Amino acid sequence: MGDVRVLFVDDEPDFLDTLLKRMQKRRIAAFGAQSGEEALAWLSSNPADVVVLDVRMGGMDGISALRAIKTAHPLVEVILLTGHANLELARDCLAAGAFDYLMKPVNLDELLYKIEDAFQKKALQEKKIRSLEEAIGTRT
Amino acid sequence: MDKHLYSRLQTKIILLTLAVSFTPLLLLGVMIYRQFAAMYVEKIREQIHFRAESRADAVDLFLAERTAILGAIADTHSLAEMAREETLASCLAIMNARAGAFVDLGVIDQHGTQLAYVGPYDLAGKNYYEQPWFGQVMSRGVHISDVYLGFRRLPHFIIAVRRQEGQRNWVLRATIDPELFGRIVQVGQIGKTGDAFVVNREGILQTQPRHSGNILEPSPVRPTLFGKQTMTVDGALLGRPGVLYAGTWLKSADWLLVVSGDVEEDLAQLFSARTIQTLIIVGGMLAIVLTTIFTTRTLVRQMIQAETRLREMDAQLIQTDKLAALGKMAAGVAHEINNPLAVILQKTGWMRDLLEEEDLRDSPNFREFRDAVLKVEEHVERARKVVHDMLGYARRMEPRAEAIEVNRIIDQTVDILKNYARNNSIDIRTELDPALPPTTGDGAQIQQVILNLVNNAIDAIGRNGLIVIRSEHAGDAIRISVADNGPGIPEHLQRKVFDPFFTTKNTGKGTGLGLWISYTIIEKMGGTMTLQSKPGEGTTFTITLPIVPPPPQ
Repeated sequence: MGDVRVLFVDDEPDFLDTLLKRMQKRRIAAFGAQSGEEALAWLSSNPADVVVLDVRMGGMDGISALRAIKTAHPLVEVILLTGHANLELARDCLAAGAFDYLMKPVNLDELLYKIEDAFQKKALQEKKIRSLEEAIGTRT
Repeated sequence: MDKHLYSRLQTKIILLTLAVSFTPLLLLGVMIYRQFAAMYVEKIREQIHFRAESRADAVDLFLAERTAILGAIADTHSLAEMAREETLASCLAIMNARAGAFVDLGVIDQHGTQLAYVGPYDLAGKNYYEQPWFGQVMSRGVHISDVYLGFRRLPHFIIAVRRQEGQRNWVLRATIDPELFGRIVQVGQIGKTGDAFVVNREGILQTQPRHSGNILEPSPVRPTLFGKQTMTVDGALLGRPGVLYAGTWLKSADWLLVVSGDVEEDLAQLFSARTIQTLIIVGGMLAIVLTTIFTTRTLVRQMIQAETRLREMDAQLIQTDKLAALGKMAAGVAHEINNPLAVILQKTGWMRDLLEEEDLRDSPNFREFRDAVLKVEEHVERARKVVHDMLGYARRMEPRAEAIEVNRIIDQTVDILKNYARNNSIDIRTELDPALPPTTGDGAQIQQVILNLVNNAIDAIGRNGLIVIRSEHAGDAIRISVADNGPGIPEHLQRKVFDPFFTTKNTGKGTGLGLWISYTIIEKMGGTMTLQSKPGEGTTFTITLPIVPPPPQ
């Protein structure tokens, strides 16, 4: 999965820490944030490809964090973790620009596949942008 | 309310209604009857009063006429003429031709010796000086005697007039036919039992009455009771209850004319009216009794039905409320469990990651560690499934609305389970109504419910049994029933089967959520789900879904 940089956002430190350790063991550049605000702050100074966001958090909730991230960093793909099969919430998340959603407790392999898909989508997007920039550059 | 209370209420209503309707009816009946009876008695009283008056007039007229004609004969003839029997006989003939009722005629001198006599008896030469009437006529000039036997030993009465001829007085005396006189009086008889007769001042009968005695015998009437005017006396005073007596003193003689009427006889007509009245009242009462009993029974039956319905509705409402509350609680609990489960799963995942490392692989307890982690994960998965079921089904979105054919859904479901059932020697039979109309609903959810019911039925039967799935069109609803011939559900558990986490299966085999979720799904679709079960005979779950015609394509 190469050099994907993933930010995990969850207000449960035990969950977050363990997840980060497991990701790092799989040689993924994983970073953690315990709230939506912290995540936004981190993103403003650090690049990331994918954000995995828990919907249910104290403080800023998942949906608001998602909207804020998408506004500030439109290319960053966001995967949401929902506590249960709340289809309305999932629909709202997708409408707000999320890449996909997964149900907690999540299977690690499933999560990895999703992250990879998201990363590929972002890479494709960036490639398109680059080629467009090149085209624009040669024109000028 | 229990049966006893209802029957008491019914009795109370019936008795009250009967009392309220009978009392005025009976009062009215009695009052009308008494009023009628009083009017009748009054009418009879008036009738005999009038009869007595008019009869007295007629009798007076009769006597006055006879007296007048006798006086005229005496005044127009001299004693010498009258003492001749031929003259006397022609006079009697004239008198009878003009007035009648004269039996004989006699001329008596002032010493009481009968000088001449014409008539059927041999009375010539008799001396009447000692007779009471002779004294009367000599002193008063005219006299009508009481009835007496006299020389002829037959009851009769006489009219005598005195004629003064110079120094001499003589008397013309005539006997009145008692039969004829009696008949004139008897005209006053009313009806079959009424009587009319004449008594003298001592109450001795002067004419032959119809009842109570003979002429010259004392009558029951006491003349002292009657005053100058015509009076009516109740027979009770005279030892003749039920009889009314009207009496009028005659003007021409010292006699009382009495007309009596039998009230009882005249009331006979009233009695027939009373019988009719009684029949009507009894008939009316019977009708009231029947109507009251019928109406009250119907009323009470309706009350019982209404209460039963109310109780059923209450029970259903309680069930719904209970399930809703339990659902909410379960959802809250599930949420709280979900997060720790996620953490546990991450931790075990991390442990597994670490176990893969080389140095740990060689550890003597490596297998034990790995098995323990796997077991933890397995049980977390179990818990996760419970939570998932609870949240995933119960709090799903509103059911979708798509055109569905219930029969097809049932067939599909049976196909899924047929092999599993056959392996357990369970036969699944379907009795589907081919005329079932299409409806709108969430096909997948309905299938899930039927799947759940059939699964439960298979589990309940165990091995060797029969499951019958029926569908039918019931008014504006579709009824689906799943019946098994398994062991049935004990009565005390029947109300609990729809509760979440209620299960009779072994721990780990069932979550106890299936029926609760099914119930919730059906309820959200506006339907109902009920069960009938008899221990030892089997269980039938019945789903009723309202028919919502799909919109035309």
